[in-house]
Amino acid sequence: MSSDAIVRRSVESLDAFDFGTTAAVAAPPLAEARVAIVTTAGLRADGLGRWSEGQGFVTLPAAARDLQLAHLSVNFDRSGLLADLNVAYPADRLDELAAQGVIGSVATNHLSFMGAQPDHTLTTMRLDTGPAAARQLLADGVDVVLLTPV
Amino acid sequence: MSALAHIFEQAGLATVGLSLVRGQAERARPPRMLHVEFPLGRPLGRPGDPAFQHRVLDAAFALLARTDAPVLVDHPEVIVDESDAPLACTLPPRHDPSLHPAVDELIGLRPAWRRRFEATGHTGVVRFGGADGLPAMVEALVRIEQGAPWQDSGLGAPELGQLAVELRTFYEEVALELAGHTPAARQSESWLYRETEMGLLLRRVQAALKAAEAPRDAWFRFVPTGQPPA
Repeated sequence: MSSDAIVRRSVESLDAFDFGTTAAVAAPPLAEARVAIVTTAGLRADGLGRWSEGQGFVTLPAAARDLQLAHLSVNFDRSGLLADLNVAYPADRLDELAAQGVIGSVATNHLSFMGAQPDHTLTTMRLDTGPAAARQLLADGVDVVLLTPV
Repeated sequence: MSALAHIFEQAGLATVGLSLVRGQAERARPPRMLHVEFPLGRPLGRPGDPAFQHRVLDAAFALLARTDAPVLVDHPEVIVDESDAPLACTLPPRHDPSLHPAVDELIGLRPAWRRRFEATGHTGVVRFGGADGLPAMVEALVRIEQGAPWQDSGLGAPELGQLAVELRTFYEEVALELAGHTPAARQSESWLYRETEMGLLLRRVQAALKAAEAPRDAWFRFVPTGQPPA
Protein backbone atom coordinates (compact mmCIF):
# COMPACT_ATOMS: atom_id res chain seq x y z
CA MET A 1 0.00 0.00 0.00
CA SER A 2 1.35 3.45 -0.91
CA SER A 3 2.20 6.02 1.75
CA ASP A 4 -0.74 8.22 0.79
CA ALA A 5 -3.17 5.32 1.00
CA ILE A 6 -1.99 4.55 4.54
CA VAL A 7 -2.27 8.20 5.61
CA ARG A 8 -5.68 8.68 3.98
CA ARG A 9 -7.01 5.59 5.74
CA SER A 10 -5.78 6.88 9.10
CA VAL A 11 -7.30 10.38 8.79
CA GLU A 12 -10.44 9.70 6.74
CA SER A 13 -12.63 9.18 9.77
CA LEU A 14 -11.20 11.81 12.13
CA ASP A 15 -13.79 13.86 13.96
CA ALA A 16 -14.78 17.13 12.33
CA PHE A 17 -16.51 19.98 14.15
CA ASP A 18 -20.20 19.99 13.26
CA PHE A 19 -21.21 23.42 11.98
CA GLY A 20 -24.82 22.29 11.64
CA THR A 21 -26.01 23.97 8.49
CA THR A 22 -23.76 24.84 5.55
CA ALA A 23 -23.94 28.50 4.56
CA ALA A 24 -23.18 29.30 0.94
CA VAL A 25 -22.79 32.91 -0.17
CA ALA A 26 -23.68 33.71 -3.79
CA ALA A 27 -20.40 34.48 -5.53
CA PRO A 28 -20.10 37.45 -7.91
CA PRO A 29 -19.36 36.71 -11.57
CA LEU A 30 -15.82 35.32 -11.69
CA ALA A 31 -14.67 38.06 -14.05
CA GLU A 32 -15.58 40.60 -11.38
CA ALA A 33 -14.33 38.66 -8.34
CA ARG A 34 -11.35 39.63 -6.20
CA VAL A 35 -9.74 36.32 -5.27
CA ALA A 36 -7.49 35.33 -2.37
CA ILE A 37 -5.77 32.04 -1.65
CA VAL A 38 -6.07 30.72 1.88
CA THR A 39 -3.83 27.72 2.24
CA THR A 40 -3.46 25.34 5.14
CA ALA A 41 0.05 24.36 3.97
CA GLY A 42 1.75 26.25 6.79
CA LEU A 43 3.65 28.42 4.33
CA ARG A 44 5.37 31.54 5.61
CA ALA A 45 7.32 34.39 4.10
CA ASP A 46 9.48 35.51 7.02
CA GLY A 47 12.33 33.01 6.68
CA LEU A 48 11.72 31.44 10.09
CA GLY A 49 10.76 28.04 8.72
CA ARG A 50 8.91 27.18 11.92
CA TRP A 51 5.18 27.32 12.64
CA SER A 52 4.49 28.98 15.99
CA GLU A 53 1.01 30.39 15.35
CA GLY A 54 -0.99 27.33 16.43
CA GLN A 55 -4.47 27.85 14.96
CA GLY A 56 -3.51 31.36 13.88
CA PHE A 57 -2.44 32.53 10.45
CA VAL A 58 0.27 34.50 8.69
CA THR A 59 -0.06 36.95 5.82
CA LEU A 60 1.67 36.21 2.52
CA PRO A 61 2.15 39.24 0.25
CA ALA A 62 0.67 38.25 -3.11
CA ALA A 63 3.97 38.92 -4.89
CA ALA A 64 6.09 36.85 -2.48
CA ARG A 65 7.52 33.62 -3.83
CA ASP A 66 10.41 32.94 -1.42
CA LEU A 67 8.20 31.02 0.98
CA GLN A 68 9.11 28.33 3.48
CA LEU A 69 7.07 25.23 4.23
CA ALA A 70 6.62 25.21 8.02
CA HIS A 71 3.87 22.61 8.29
CA LEU A 72 4.40 20.27 11.25
CA SER A 73 3.19 17.12 9.50
CA VAL A 74 5.70 15.00 7.59
CA ASN A 75 3.05 12.81 5.98
CA PHE A 76 2.74 14.45 2.58
CA ASP A 77 4.96 14.95 -0.43
CA ARG A 78 7.22 17.98 -0.03
CA SER A 79 9.22 17.71 -3.23
CA GLY A 80 6.40 19.08 -5.38
CA LEU A 81 6.24 22.29 -3.37
CA LEU A 82 10.03 22.59 -3.35
CA ALA A 83 9.97 22.41 -7.14
CA ASP A 84 6.88 24.53 -7.82
CA LEU A 85 4.92 26.43 -5.19
CA ASN A 86 1.90 26.49 -7.49
CA VAL A 87 1.26 22.81 -6.88
CA ALA A 88 -0.30 23.80 -3.54
CA TYR A 89 -0.25 27.60 -3.64
CA PRO A 90 -1.28 28.65 -7.16
CA ALA A 91 -0.31 32.32 -6.91
CA ASP A 92 1.19 32.42 -10.42
CA ARG A 93 -1.89 30.74 -11.85
CA LEU A 94 -4.16 33.35 -10.23
CA ASP A 95 -2.01 36.15 -11.64
CA GLU A 96 -2.40 34.59 -15.08
CA LEU A 97 -6.17 34.34 -14.69
CA ALA A 98 -6.33 37.99 -13.66
CA ALA A 99 -4.19 39.04 -16.64
CA GLN A 100 -6.55 37.10 -18.94
CA GLY A 101 -9.61 38.69 -17.36
CA VAL A 102 -10.93 35.34 -16.17
CA ILE A 103 -11.00 36.65 -12.60
CA GLY A 104 -11.41 40.28 -11.68
CA SER A 105 -8.30 40.75 -9.56
CA VAL A 106 -5.95 39.11 -7.09
CA ALA A 107 -5.98 40.06 -3.41
CA THR A 108 -3.18 42.19 -1.98
CA ASN A 109 -2.29 39.36 0.38
CA HIS A 110 -2.99 35.67 0.63
CA LEU A 111 -3.21 33.89 4.01
CA SER A 112 -1.63 30.77 5.43
CA PHE A 113 -2.86 28.56 8.25
CA MET A 114 -1.49 25.19 9.26
CA GLY A 115 -3.75 22.17 8.79
CA ALA A 116 -3.57 18.94 10.76
CA GLN A 117 -4.38 20.71 14.01
CA PRO A 118 -4.31 18.31 16.97
CA ASP A 119 -7.34 20.02 18.57
CA HIS A 120 -10.20 18.98 16.30
CA THR A 121 -12.66 21.34 17.99
CA LEU A 122 -10.66 24.22 16.43
CA THR A 123 -12.03 26.58 19.07
CA THR A 124 -9.44 29.31 18.54
CA MET A 125 -9.87 29.20 14.78
CA ARG A 126 -13.67 29.23 14.95
CA LEU A 127 -13.98 32.00 17.48
CA ASP A 128 -10.95 34.17 16.91
CA THR A 129 -8.42 33.66 14.13
CA GLY A 130 -10.85 32.49 11.44
CA PRO A 131 -13.17 35.50 11.80
CA ALA A 132 -10.10 37.77 12.03
CA ALA A 133 -8.82 36.35 8.74
CA ALA A 134 -12.23 36.91 7.15
CA ARG A 135 -12.22 40.54 8.30
CA GLN A 136 -8.75 41.06 6.84
CA LEU A 137 -9.85 39.64 3.49
CA LEU A 138 -13.08 41.65 3.42
CA ALA A 139 -11.15 44.85 4.20
CA ASP A 140 -9.08 44.19 1.07
CA GLY A 141 -12.24 43.86 -1.02
CA VAL A 142 -11.95 40.09 -1.43
CA ASP A 143 -15.16 38.28 -2.27
CA VAL A 144 -13.92 34.83 -3.33
CA VAL A 145 -11.53 32.56 -1.42
CA LEU A 146 -9.74 29.56 -2.89
CA LEU A 147 -8.82 27.10 -0.12
CA THR A 148 -5.87 24.79 -0.72
CA PRO A 149 -4.59 22.02 1.57
CA VAL A 150 -1.51 19.82 1.53
CA MET B 1 -9.58 23.65 5.89
CA SER B 2 -13.27 22.79 5.79
CA ALA B 3 -13.75 24.73 9.02
CA LEU B 4 -12.31 27.83 7.40
CA ALA B 5 -14.77 27.45 4.52
CA HIS B 6 -17.68 27.48 6.98
CA ILE B 7 -16.25 30.45 8.89
CA PHE B 8 -15.58 32.51 5.76
CA GLU B 9 -19.01 31.85 4.26
CA GLN B 10 -20.65 32.92 7.52
CA ALA B 11 -18.64 36.15 7.24
CA GLY B 12 -19.87 36.78 3.69
CA LEU B 13 -17.02 35.37 1.56
CA ALA B 14 -17.75 32.84 -1.18
CA THR B 15 -15.38 29.89 -0.97
CA VAL B 16 -14.30 26.91 -3.00
CA GLY B 17 -11.76 24.38 -1.75
CA LEU B 18 -9.65 21.53 -3.03
CA SER B 19 -10.08 18.30 -1.07
CA LEU B 20 -7.37 15.64 -0.80
CA VAL B 21 -9.12 13.38 1.72
CA ARG B 22 -12.66 12.73 0.55
CA GLY B 23 -13.94 11.32 3.83
CA GLN B 24 -13.01 14.51 5.66
CA ALA B 25 -14.91 16.65 3.16
CA GLU B 26 -17.94 14.34 3.44
CA ARG B 27 -17.96 14.64 7.24
CA ALA B 28 -17.24 18.38 7.48
CA ARG B 29 -19.71 19.37 4.73
CA PRO B 30 -18.02 22.60 3.54
CA PRO B 31 -20.01 24.62 0.96
CA ARG B 32 -18.10 23.86 -2.26
CA MET B 33 -15.31 21.36 -2.62
CA LEU B 34 -13.55 19.82 -5.60
CA HIS B 35 -12.08 16.49 -4.53
CA VAL B 36 -8.78 15.80 -6.24
CA GLU B 37 -7.39 12.27 -6.06
CA PHE B 38 -3.82 13.55 -6.24
CA PRO B 39 -0.82 12.88 -3.98
CA LEU B 40 -1.00 14.50 -0.56
CA GLY B 41 0.98 17.73 -0.80
CA ARG B 42 0.08 18.31 -4.46
CA PRO B 43 -3.54 19.55 -4.60
CA LEU B 44 -2.98 21.19 -8.00
CA GLY B 45 -1.68 17.88 -9.34
CA ARG B 46 1.50 18.30 -11.34
CA PRO B 47 4.38 20.64 -10.39
CA GLY B 48 5.69 22.63 -13.34
CA ASP B 49 2.58 21.92 -15.44
CA PRO B 50 0.54 25.16 -15.65
CA ALA B 51 -1.96 23.67 -18.10
CA PHE B 52 -2.81 20.85 -15.71
CA GLN B 53 -3.04 23.27 -12.78
CA HIS B 54 -5.36 25.55 -14.76
CA ARG B 55 -7.68 22.64 -15.49
CA VAL B 56 -7.97 22.04 -11.74
CA LEU B 57 -8.64 25.72 -11.05
CA ASP B 58 -11.21 25.92 -13.84
CA ALA B 59 -13.07 22.96 -12.37
CA ALA B 60 -12.91 24.46 -8.87
CA PHE B 61 -14.05 27.93 -9.88
CA ALA B 62 -16.94 26.42 -11.87
CA LEU B 63 -18.41 25.35 -8.52
CA LEU B 64 -18.76 28.97 -7.39
CA ALA B 65 -22.00 29.23 -9.33
CA ARG B 66 -23.50 26.58 -7.05
CA THR B 67 -25.41 27.58 -3.91
CA ASP B 68 -26.98 24.14 -3.27
CA ALA B 69 -24.41 23.48 -0.54
CA PRO B 70 -22.73 21.28 0.39
CA VAL B 71 -21.29 20.58 -3.05
CA LEU B 72 -18.62 17.87 -3.36
CA VAL B 73 -17.49 17.03 -6.89
CA ASP B 74 -14.76 14.61 -8.00
CA HIS B 75 -12.15 15.89 -10.44
CA PRO B 76 -11.90 13.37 -13.31
CA GLU B 77 -8.09 13.23 -13.47
CA VAL B 78 -6.29 10.97 -10.95
CA ILE B 79 -2.61 10.76 -9.90
CA VAL B 80 -1.17 8.28 -7.40
CA ASP B 81 1.98 8.71 -5.34
CA GLU B 82 5.12 6.73 -6.20
CA SER B 83 6.45 6.07 -2.71
CA ASP B 84 7.10 2.42 -3.63
CA ALA B 85 9.52 3.46 -6.40
CA PRO B 86 12.43 5.40 -4.84
CA LEU B 87 14.12 7.95 -7.05
CA ALA B 88 17.27 6.62 -8.73
CA CYS B 89 19.96 9.04 -7.59
CA THR B 90 23.73 8.53 -7.50
CA LEU B 91 25.28 9.08 -4.08
CA PRO B 92 28.82 10.39 -3.60
CA PRO B 93 31.51 7.82 -2.63
CA ARG B 94 32.80 7.82 0.95
CA HIS B 95 35.31 10.63 1.35
CA ASP B 96 36.37 10.68 4.99
CA PRO B 97 36.12 7.27 6.71
CA SER B 98 36.74 8.91 10.08
CA LEU B 99 33.29 10.51 9.91
CA HIS B 100 29.97 8.79 10.54
CA PRO B 101 28.65 7.63 7.14
CA ALA B 102 25.64 9.97 7.35
CA VAL B 103 27.83 12.98 8.10
CA ASP B 104 30.24 12.07 5.32
CA GLU B 105 27.34 11.62 2.90
CA LEU B 106 25.78 14.95 3.88
CA ILE B 107 29.06 16.79 3.32
CA GLY B 108 29.46 15.03 -0.02
CA LEU B 109 26.01 16.19 -1.12
CA ARG B 110 26.50 19.84 -0.21
CA PRO B 111 27.89 20.87 -3.63
CA ALA B 112 24.69 19.61 -5.27
CA TRP B 113 22.57 21.48 -2.73
CA ARG B 114 24.64 24.64 -3.34
CA ARG B 115 24.23 24.39 -7.12
CA ARG B 116 20.46 24.27 -6.73
CA PHE B 117 20.46 27.16 -4.26
CA GLU B 118 22.57 29.30 -6.57
CA ALA B 119 20.34 28.44 -9.53
CA THR B 120 17.02 29.09 -7.79
CA GLY B 121 17.96 31.58 -5.07
CA HIS B 122 15.66 29.69 -2.76
CA THR B 123 15.97 27.05 -0.06
CA GLY B 124 13.83 25.63 2.69
CA VAL B 125 16.96 24.84 4.71
CA VAL B 126 16.91 27.90 6.94
CA ARG B 127 17.40 26.67 10.50
CA PHE B 128 20.32 25.19 12.47
CA GLY B 129 22.85 27.33 10.62
CA GLY B 130 21.59 26.34 7.18
CA ALA B 131 23.32 23.71 5.05
CA ASP B 132 26.74 24.56 6.50
CA GLY B 133 25.50 24.03 10.05
CA LEU B 134 23.86 20.66 9.46
CA PRO B 135 26.92 18.35 9.84
CA ALA B 136 27.45 19.45 13.43
CA MET B 137 23.76 18.93 14.13
CA VAL B 138 23.90 15.43 12.65
CA GLU B 139 26.76 14.62 15.04
CA ALA B 140 24.25 15.22 17.85
CA LEU B 141 21.91 12.66 16.26
CA VAL B 142 24.77 10.19 15.92
CA ARG B 143 25.41 10.45 19.66
CA ILE B 144 21.74 9.68 20.35
CA GLU B 145 21.93 6.70 17.99
CA GLN B 146 24.98 5.49 19.92
CA GLY B 147 23.15 5.62 23.24
CA ALA B 148 23.65 9.12 24.65
CA PRO B 149 20.59 10.58 26.41
CA TRP B 150 18.63 12.79 24.02
CA GLN B 151 18.40 15.40 26.79
CA ASP B 152 22.18 15.90 26.46
CA SER B 153 21.90 16.81 22.76
CA GLY B 154 21.37 20.49 23.50
CA LEU B 155 18.08 20.30 21.59
CA GLY B 156 14.59 20.27 23.04
CA ALA B 157 12.02 17.73 21.86
CA PRO B 158 10.41 19.98 19.19
CA GLU B 159 13.85 21.06 17.91
CA LEU B 160 14.86 17.44 17.40
CA GLY B 161 11.78 16.93 15.23
CA GLN B 162 12.47 20.15 13.35
CA LEU B 163 16.06 19.01 12.70
CA ALA B 164 14.74 15.81 11.11
CA VAL B 165 12.51 17.88 8.80
CA GLU B 166 15.40 20.20 7.96
CA LEU B 167 17.54 17.22 6.93
CA ARG B 168 14.69 15.85 4.81
CA THR B 169 14.34 19.22 3.09
CA PHE B 170 18.09 19.30 2.38
CA TYR B 171 17.98 15.81 0.84
CA GLU B 172 14.85 16.53 -1.21
CA GLU B 173 16.42 19.72 -2.60
CA VAL B 174 19.55 17.69 -3.45
CA ALA B 175 17.35 15.07 -5.15
CA LEU B 176 15.78 17.72 -7.36
CA GLU B 177 19.24 18.88 -8.39
CA LEU B 178 20.68 15.40 -8.99
CA ALA B 179 17.62 14.06 -10.82
CA GLY B 180 17.33 17.11 -13.05
CA HIS B 181 13.55 16.86 -13.00
CA THR B 182 10.74 16.90 -10.47
CA PRO B 183 10.23 13.34 -9.25
CA ALA B 184 6.81 11.78 -8.85
CA ALA B 185 5.31 12.31 -5.42
CA ARG B 186 7.25 10.81 -2.51
CA GLN B 187 9.95 9.30 -4.72
CA SER B 188 12.62 11.57 -3.26
CA GLU B 189 11.29 10.88 0.25
CA SER B 190 11.62 7.14 -0.42
CA TRP B 191 15.13 7.69 -1.81
CA LEU B 192 16.11 9.43 1.42
CA TYR B 193 14.63 6.82 3.75
CA ARG B 194 15.42 3.65 1.79
CA GLU B 195 18.64 4.41 -0.09
CA THR B 196 20.75 6.81 1.96
CA GLU B 197 22.88 6.71 5.12
CA MET B 198 20.93 9.68 6.43
CA GLY B 199 17.64 7.84 6.07
CA LEU B 200 19.07 4.93 8.02
CA LEU B 201 20.30 7.28 10.76
CA LEU B 202 16.93 9.04 11.01
CA ARG B 203 15.13 5.71 11.37
CA ARG B 204 17.59 4.52 14.02
CA VAL B 205 17.39 7.75 15.99
CA GLN B 206 13.61 7.57 15.96
CA ALA B 207 13.85 4.05 17.41
CA ALA B 208 16.30 5.24 20.07
CA LEU B 209 14.04 8.15 21.04
CA LYS B 210 11.03 5.87 21.32
CA ALA B 211 13.02 3.38 23.41
CA ALA B 212 14.04 6.22 25.71
CA GLU B 213 10.36 7.21 26.02
CA ALA B 214 11.10 10.68 24.69
CA PRO B 215 8.06 12.91 24.09
CA ARG B 216 6.20 12.34 20.83
CA ASP B 217 7.29 15.83 19.71
CA ALA B 218 10.86 14.56 19.66
CA TRP B 219 10.41 11.50 17.42
CA PHE B 220 7.26 11.60 15.31
CA ARG B 221 8.74 13.76 12.57
CA PHE B 222 11.79 11.56 12.01
CA VAL B 223 10.08 9.03 9.73
CA PRO B 224 6.93 9.63 7.66
CA THR B 225 4.08 7.13 7.74
CA GLY B 226 4.66 4.52 5.05
CA GLN B 227 8.44 4.48 5.31
CA PRO B 228 10.01 1.42 6.95
CA PRO B 229 11.00 1.68 10.62
CA ALA B 230 14.55 0.88 11.72
